Amino acid sequence: MPEGTQVDETLVSIKNLSFSRGTRKIFDSISLDFQRGKITAIMGPSGTGKTTLLKLIGGQLKPDQGSVIVDQNNVHQLSLKSLYQLRKRMGMLFQSGALLTDMNVYDNIAFPLREHTALSEAMIRSLVLMKLQAVGLRGARNLMPNELSGGMARRVALARAIALDPMMIMYDEPFTGQDPISLGVLVELIKKLNTILGLTSIIVSHDVQETASIADYIYVISGGHVVGQGTPEEIENSNSEWVRQFMHGNADGPVPFHYPAKDYIEDLLSYL
Amino acid sequence: MIQLTRQLGRFTLQSLAKLGRGSLFLGHTLSGLTDILLRPGLLIRQLYFVGVLTFLIIVISGLFVGMVLGLQGYYTLSDFGAEESLGVMVAASLVRELGPVVAALLFAGRAGSALTAEIGLMKATEQLSGMEMMAVDPVKRIIAPRFFAGFISLPILAALFSAVGILGGEMVGVGLLGVDEGSFWSQMQANLDFYDDIMNGVIKSIVFGFVTSWIALFEGYDAIPTSEGVSRATTRTVVNSAFAVLGLDFLLTAMMFGDD
Ligand SMILES: Nc1ncnc2c1ncn2[C@@H]1O[C@H](COP(=O)(O)OP(=O)(O)O)[C@@H](O)[C@H]1O
Ligand SMILES: [Mg+2]
Repeated sequence: MPEGTQVDETLVSIKNLSFSRGTRKIFDSISLDFQRGKITAIMGPSGTGKTTLLKLIGGQLKPDQGSVIVDQNNVHQLSLKSLYQLRKRMGMLFQSGALLTDMNVYDNIAFPLREHTALSEAMIRSLVLMKLQAVGLRGARNLMPNELSGGMARRVALARAIALDPMMIMYDEPFTGQDPISLGVLVELIKKLNTILGLTSIIVSHDVQETASIADYIYVISGGHVVGQGTPEEIENSNSEWVRQFMHGNADGPVPFHYPAKDYIEDLLSYL
Repeated sequence: MIQLTRQLGRFTLQSLAKLGRGSLFLGHTLSGLTDILLRPGLLIRQLYFVGVLTFLIIVISGLFVGMVLGLQGYYTLSDFGAEESLGVMVAASLVRELGPVVAALLFAGRAGSALTAEIGLMKATEQLSGMEMMAVDPVKRIIAPRFFAGFISLPILAALFSAVGILGGEMVGVGLLGVDEGSFWSQMQANLDFYDDIMNGVIKSIVFGFVTSWIALFEGYDAIPTSEGVSRATTRTVVNSAFAVLGLDFLLTAMMFGDD
């Protein structure tokens, strides 16, 4: 985008979104904005609904209330057809990679191209090899998904997510369960893709250090609310007890170590 | 008592909800027919897989069932001095009943359970979700070709089962027990009716193909996405398919042969 044009700088905007699973409220009227071309991180402990939030943005789940606007489209009011059109411009990297297990690496990356374009096999080949080169796995094109390490599977999934040149990409826990080398590779890749391709990136994670090192802006969510937001420095120096506990990994704090239970002594004695 | 009523009520509601989800799923799957007509390759690939999975078991079982029919039929018929009718007896039992029913049960146990496990695992590993996010409808791309492949192949498998079974009956009846070969075949030709016997068998196997494919794919799609959930769904496919096939067989038989 050239500077100074009249373009809304917010690509994704979540307004007063509420969502429940059964009787449990996962989100209670939360609002978040994601700027174009930036890396925005959503952090929070496991089970707070980070994956759920990505599925709400992608239109796989419907909110009880509130709206999600992606590039001026209200995701949950689109027809199925327009939603699918929009999704072609949204890449998503699932926690597990979600590679198709009956195809090799090459065919996995070619899959969205074959489904959505009428390109010749020669063109598809060039594109697939370019994407694989970008994630450093051009030599692994003939491997099957079960032959890949966790880090490699995520890089293949990343290559697939950028196959259709999307405007944005959502990463679900990209760093979880990676060895230090794969972790470094993934951090570099996410940053590189963001700058080179001008992507808007949304990273959902509970890995504090890695995420803070590449994010431009961070939201910390817990208990269905945004409990902190700001640049990594602002979050680091936050004076919210809760944010501090999360960022520094203290065992006890506003989030208690113990799952809610009745009094310990009483519980022990209640059998007698 | 109240407990029992409550459980019964919950069970009924859950079953109804599942039936509703299943019907929507079926509608969605059938709407994938247009996509399949545009890309027949997807269907042919699945037909090949179903064929590979079930061909051998159908041929072997068909042979043995036919041989048993030959033996049993011979002992019963020879009491009345009617051994020449062995051909009709074997062929009618196979074409009308055993072909469609046994082929459907074998199909559910072999191909159906494999389909449930495949779809359930794709769900558990987020492959279906991943496809949705790539703007590919997994029901049309993954489920529909498998559904139509099952639906098309069961009538063919049932016909194969009957054909091999008749050969098995002939091997035992003519080969071992000395029934006259000419009357074995000519009695069969003279007494089997194309419409009443053969077409009715074909209609049955078309219905069974539809129902067993639907059950197998829906159980996979509706499975709880964990390893335990998938294994339970696989069991349900076999059990529910067996009930559905046997129940429908009775209904269809009553409808087809009830008026004569
Ligand atoms: N399909 C589902 N059905 C019911 N509850 C679910 C389902 N998926 C997730 N949940 C619940 O929703 C909550 C949020 O899940 P999730 O978004 O996966 O959390 P996170 O990604 O932050 O770890 C969890 O408590 C989880 O148990
Ligand atoms: Mg998650």
